[in-house]
Amino acid sequence: MITRATNRLLVSAALAILASPAMAGFDELNLTQGVTPISREVYDLHMWILWVCIIIGIIVFGAMAWSIIYHRKSKGAVPATFHESTKLEILWTAVPFLILITIAVPATSTLLYMSDTSTDADMTIKVTGHQWKWQYEYMDEGIDFISNLHPDHNNARMKGSGTDVTTIDHYLLDVDEPLVVPVDKKIRLLLTASDVIHAWWVPELGQKQDAIPGYINEMWTKIEKEGTYRGNCAELCGKDHGFMPVVVKAVSEADYQKWLGEKKQAAEAAAAGADREWTLDELMAKGQQVYNTNCMACHGMNGEGGVGKAIAGSPIANGDAGAHIDLLLKGVAGTAMAGYAAILNDVDLAAVISYQRKGFGNDADIVQPADIKAAR
Amino acid sequence: MSEHVATHDDHDHGPEKGLMRWVRTTNHKDIGTLYLLFSLLMFLIGGAMAMVIRLELFQPGMQFVDPQFFNSMTTMHALIMVFGAVMPAFVGLANWLVPMMIGAPDMALPRMNNWSFWILPFGFAMLLSTLFMEGGAPAAGWTMYPPLVLQTQDAFPFLIFTVHILGLSSIMGAINIVATILNMRAPGMSLMKMPLFVWTWFITAYLLIAVMPVFAGAVTMLLTDQYFGTSFFDAAGGGDPVLFQHVFWFFGHPEVYIMILPAFGIVSAIVPTFARKPLFGYSSMVYATASIAFLSFIVWAHHMFTVGMPVAGELFFMYATMLIAVPTGVKVFNWVSTMWRGSMTFETPMLFALGFIILFTIGGFSGLMLAITPVDFQYHDTYFVVAHFHYVLVSGAIFSIMAAAYYWLPKWTGNMYDERLGKIHFWLSTIFVNVLFFPQHFLGLAGMPRRIPDYSLQFADWNMVSSIGGFAFGLTQLLFCYIVYKTIKGGQKATDRVWEGATGLEFEKLSSPPPYHSFTEAPQVK
Ligand code: HEM
Ligand SMILES: [Cu+2]
Ligand SMILES: [Cu+2]
Repeated sequence: MITRATNRLLVSAALAILASPAMAGFDELNLTQGVTPISREVYDLHMWILWVCIIIGIIVFGAMAWSIIYHRKSKGAVPATFHESTKLEILWTAVPFLILITIAVPATSTLLYMSDTSTDADMTIKVTGHQWKWQYEYMDEGIDFISNLHPDHNNARMKGSGTDVTTIDHYLLDVDEPLVVPVDKKIRLLLTASDVIHAWWVPELGQKQDAIPGYINEMWTKIEKEGTYRGNCAELCGKDHGFMPVVVKAVSEADYQKWLGEKKQAAEAAAAGADREWTLDELMAKGQQVYNTNCMACHGMNGEGGVGKAIAGSPIANGDAGAHIDLLLKGVAGTAMAGYAAILNDVDLAAVISYQRKGFGNDADIVQPADIKAAR
Repeated sequence: MSEHVATHDDHDHGPEKGLMRWVRTTNHKDIGTLYLLFSLLMFLIGGAMAMVIRLELFQPGMQFVDPQFFNSMTTMHALIMVFGAVMPAFVGLANWLVPMMIGAPDMALPRMNNWSFWILPFGFAMLLSTLFMEGGAPAAGWTMYPPLVLQTQDAFPFLIFTVHILGLSSIMGAINIVATILNMRAPGMSLMKMPLFVWTWFITAYLLIAVMPVFAGAVTMLLTDQYFGTSFFDAAGGGDPVLFQHVFWFFGHPEVYIMILPAFGIVSAIVPTFARKPLFGYSSMVYATASIAFLSFIVWAHHMFTVGMPVAGELFFMYATMLIAVPTGVKVFNWVSTMWRGSMTFETPMLFALGFIILFTIGGFSGLMLAITPVDFQYHDTYFVVAHFHYVLVSGAIFSIMAAAYYWLPKWTGNMYDERLGKIHFWLSTIFVNVLFFPQHFLGLAGMPRRIPDYSLQFADWNMVSSIGGFAFGLTQLLFCYIVYKTIKGGQKATDRVWEGATGLEFEKLSSPPPYHSFTEAPQVK
């Protein structure tokens, strides 16, 4: 079995011969080389197949062009009568077969390399796809948060928003909270989903995997360069499939530790918040924020409804608080209304429910984080 | 040769008068015409939906439609183009041509033939009616993956029943074709003398009979999951959402070959005519078609490399998929060898056939790239895949259908089409199909996912180019409708042979247009 190193060498040698200065500017049209060992191998493989195709194309289309130019009736060409040649036919069955082997060998070794999730990983992150946001759980750190499309982008992308989207940096590719990871660490990613199938993809990392309800898929990555890398959900997952970006921020180990510390502190503060009474104003302010990121897309900016039912005047938002809480925790089966038990914490849920019950012209009693805790 | 040409037949009765002719007809030519016109109509409706898609994607930001409606458009566009435009067009061609090519008086099962056509308009009326339903038309993609498809609202059962009806129609059509080919060949027309169009359809018909029931079964399981409490595809109930994908693609991959094998047959008929030289490697063409058909059953999971299959599975499906490139290559090499040292002219059918060979091959190249699992992880579900399948389907399947229309219209109607307009149609189509789809390769490689209504700014330029190509390509097809209309209405009379280099029973033994009932007495084939 040829080793991966020799493979890489072969491929790179071939590429060095083929690549010419004329290809400058070609980069933006091409696959990214990325920032991981996997993404670079994938890139080399891509270039190798591309060149194989281009060369075969030149030969085949060249032969075609030749006959189109020289073997035409208007030039007085007299048709030959041959109509088979066993030798030729065997040749052009066998040669492509051999060429395919030169692709299959490096492809196999790259695939085996990519699928090696068993060798020790430095850390594990669980990624859960929800309609239409990502949840990241740092398994060893007890950190768990949701990553939404950045609220500014979310407003701008609404039809008739009046915002010129070309003025927005990284339009649709920015989130409120990115996934933060250290560079040069082997990171194991576990992928799953809560509602429908999603796919987690950052081109610079060189791989995508589906996040499927009831499954836990694995992939690994090792980012070698600090920076922010952006991608999208890549499996059609409903209305806002185009609006669930993935943003990964790769930082130095020291910065990562610092971020971890801050994140843990914030989690403690939030936990403390869950134990106290919140005022109406606090709930409304927080609730609006939660509503706009989680609910607005379906229920409308002013609770007027859309894909989802109207909140303004809704019997649930004006009825029994217990039923309202229950609906948010569990969702409505068979619809795009997901359960938010795993996505929002007690404070967020209390706030958004209160916001729905007091806002949009509704008038019902507010709820407290403690009510949510009791209902879970 | 003219004494062989049957211009009139004594015990022949012509078509019924009035509209009922079309409803009650069991004549293969009438039914062929119905299929072809229906397919043209669907092509225009599906095309209009594509225009909506390209309009929204013309610029970043949401300008014209809502995301949910956008998803309905991509879903309906694909369903209509695959099941309404491409497949019925090929069945229409088979109806017209298979009996004339093998010297049969009609299809073997004429009444069933009438049925297999006439349930189609009802199926599509049902599908289109979902546009006006609560919750909108289906929006989960033509691939209908659960759990997402189960979020479809009122349209859901209509979607499932539409699939049942279309499947029924395809299966009946396929059985008819097999029965005709096996039982009704003229004396002397041995299997290995059949024109390649007949061969490719023969094999296609078996693919249809094998996979349409699988598809119908899969969607029925969706139906029972939705309404009858089963959980075939619901992990929470012990089912498996990925199972649906396996079953779907077990149908879906042969399905893509259902849409291209007849095209191979058409191109294999046209290239020799205009190169004035017999088809190179007839028997290897037949064997290549058969091997493609066989391989198409063992490559389905190349559509699902990212679902997290075991490595052994991924390797198997990668190798098997790569293998398909070999017989596909054989076909292309044979066409090129047919042209080699021929005496070529470039009438519109030949232009479309040449366009097919080049552009289909480009689609084959991207197919080969997609077959390579580790790289497919990057390409999958991006515009690169969109570019791939439009090269093989639009500049492949659709171009071959256009080529066939230009090639056989004079035979069917007795009138030549307008050659100048035909050439304009070809050149505009070819230029704009590339403006439309070539940049989508770049978009995919640069990281643009498919099935999204809005995108980030680095994709803006190529999307605009692609949209302009799309509008222009769409408009160009109206010219095609006009050319067909004009040819049916009149024009320069076609000779019986139509093309100097044409061969085959339909050109050698039948008048242009052929009598309503042709080959009531079987011709002798040497
Ligand atoms: C050399 C021959 C071909 C190879 C190796 C090939 C390979 C592939 C692969 C691997 C994919 C999956 C890509 C992905 O989703 O990541 C794909 C998608 C597709 N191919 Fe091909 N292909 C070939 C020819 C064709 C032909 C002849 C057709 C139809 C006429 C076709 C139609 C399609 C379609 C419709 C899809 C996308 C389906 C979807 O996801 O909606 N391909 N092809
Ligand atoms: Cu998603
Ligand atoms: Cu396939």
